[in-house]
Amino acid sequence: MKVLVPVKRVIDYNVKVRVKPDQTGVDLANVKMSMNPFDEIATEEAVRLKEKGVATEVIVVSIGPQQAQETIRTALAMGADRGILIQTDVDVEPLAVAKLLKAVIAEESPNLIVMGKQAIDGDNNAVGQMLAALLDWPQATFASKIEVSGDKASVTREIDGGLQTLEVSLPAVITADLRLNEPRYASLPNIMKAKKKEIAVKTPGDYGVDVTARLKVLKVAEPPKRTAGIVVENAAALVAKLKNEAGVL
Amino acid sequence: MAVLVVADHTNAALGEATAKTVAAAQKLGGEIDILVAGQNAEAAAEAAAKLAGVRKVLLAQSDALGHQLAEAVTDTVMAFAPGYDAILIPATSAGKNYAPRIAAKLDVNQITDVIEVIAPDTFVRPIYAGNALETVQSFDAKKVITVRPTAFKPVPGGGGAPVEAAAAAATAGREASFVGEEVVKSDRPELAGAKIVVSGGRAMGSAEEFHRVIEPLADRLGAAVGASRAAVDAGYAPNDYQVGQTGKVVAPDLYVAVGISGAIQHLAGMKDSKVIVAINKDADAPIFQVADYGVVGDYKTVVPELMAALG
Repeated sequence: MKVLVPVKRVIDYNVKVRVKPDQTGVDLANVKMSMNPFDEIATEEAVRLKEKGVATEVIVVSIGPQQAQETIRTALAMGADRGILIQTDVDVEPLAVAKLLKAVIAEESPNLIVMGKQAIDGDNNAVGQMLAALLDWPQATFASKIEVSGDKASVTREIDGGLQTLEVSLPAVITADLRLNEPRYASLPNIMKAKKKEIAVKTPGDYGVDVTARLKVLKVAEPPKRTAGIVVENAAALVAKLKNEAGVL
Repeated sequence: MAVLVVADHTNAALGEATAKTVAAAQKLGGEIDILVAGQNAEAAAEAAAKLAGVRKVLLAQSDALGHQLAEAVTDTVMAFAPGYDAILIPATSAGKNYAPRIAAKLDVNQITDVIEVIAPDTFVRPIYAGNALETVQSFDAKKVITVRPTAFKPVPGGGGAPVEAAAAAATAGREASFVGEEVVKSDRPELAGAKIVVSGGRAMGSAEEFHRVIEPLADRLGAAVGASRAAVDAGYAPNDYQVGQTGKVVAPDLYVAVGISGAIQHLAGMKDSKVIVAINKDADAPIFQVADYGVVGDYKTVVPELMAALG
């Protein structure tokens, strides 16, 4: 069984995001970039499926600039087998990402797609569900546990206030939530090995997908800033403030 | 202009997020209908019919809809979609699950997590976990929008819209099937929607200390329990407690951060709270830069004093 894992290069989750003064976007120049944290979890899950003998091959796909090759290499160092980069400098919207992935799936015929539930830049939480819709495949989002047996997968999902278990027949799209696993750190020998693994470089045009934006970004602004409040002497003073001044108790 | 709001509900009850999404729908203008897709969901439909400004409530029922399975909800909404210019869905975990599936079936790009309606085609939405706000204009003829409930005030009750039975779509057999559900029966409110949240950080030092200190304070305040990523990574608290960029984004009336230094990724998850309280022994901790009220001191003495002061 082939498993496909889409991964995205995003600003590192520990970096302070700065809005450009001209309000056209977020400043990404000279900023540390990493693999989207949820995609790391998805990659880890796919590699574990291979280690268990459930998956035969793990293919990683990224859509982004040339530097997204580094993100693919990270996944290859974790244990994925080969990569595909759909190279573009355009910010591709979720619907177009889903269409590109659908085209890759038509060529590769994977039986399972495991992907992060959302990217921490656009925060759309949409591509997995959109891809499942375009393929007419079942979906299991926000997974905290995946068990594959035969042509079915049992998926435990995070819902408000608890967990839900679904069974999906494969092929299916599963999106990873935080508790699914703890991604490994790639070892040095594996990082060296990953350098020799194949990455095919394509363009959106190769797949005949129109990536024209449906949304126009009019501006990107800083959220209203919080200002530091006051330091109170002790807990009793705090309770008095919360009751009388803030009115929240 | 006609707007369809897909209700957030538990069959037996209507979620508050629905009334907030109707409030967002009113800003778009036009007629507003609500679709309650569930099973034995008459009570939720009747509650929806009472919301002010609603033209009618459509009640579609089937087993699959009872569990809000994405495939079934999508196919049901698709049957009604031709009659509407916009479909608004609360950005709850159920709504987030099916909304993009509906958008893709309609070949439109979803407008996610809207916090402000500027015009019927122009919206403000947070990106980078709320560290930036993006104003976007949609060129799609039909809009599929998810609404962040914390950004809108619920519409009042007092309405009396008719409830109409509507057809639940038969799904083609390529859907996920429901196996079971395990909803934690906690007396504490749910983290994402709680009015008060008490969170603990790495300073707790152990899971035992986290339970001993954070949970009684939360219970005294009727609050949900949260944790910083550092506390979760160290194993002091379960992962679903995590507040931050990679965890839950919360905006309660009161957020109490105990022994949390205030890493960027944590602040991203709670800085929209109305009032923030920080308790930390390090006066230079970044959490104090966003806190309305701070107490500089060891939580080991401050929290017991706080419990005493709360009476």
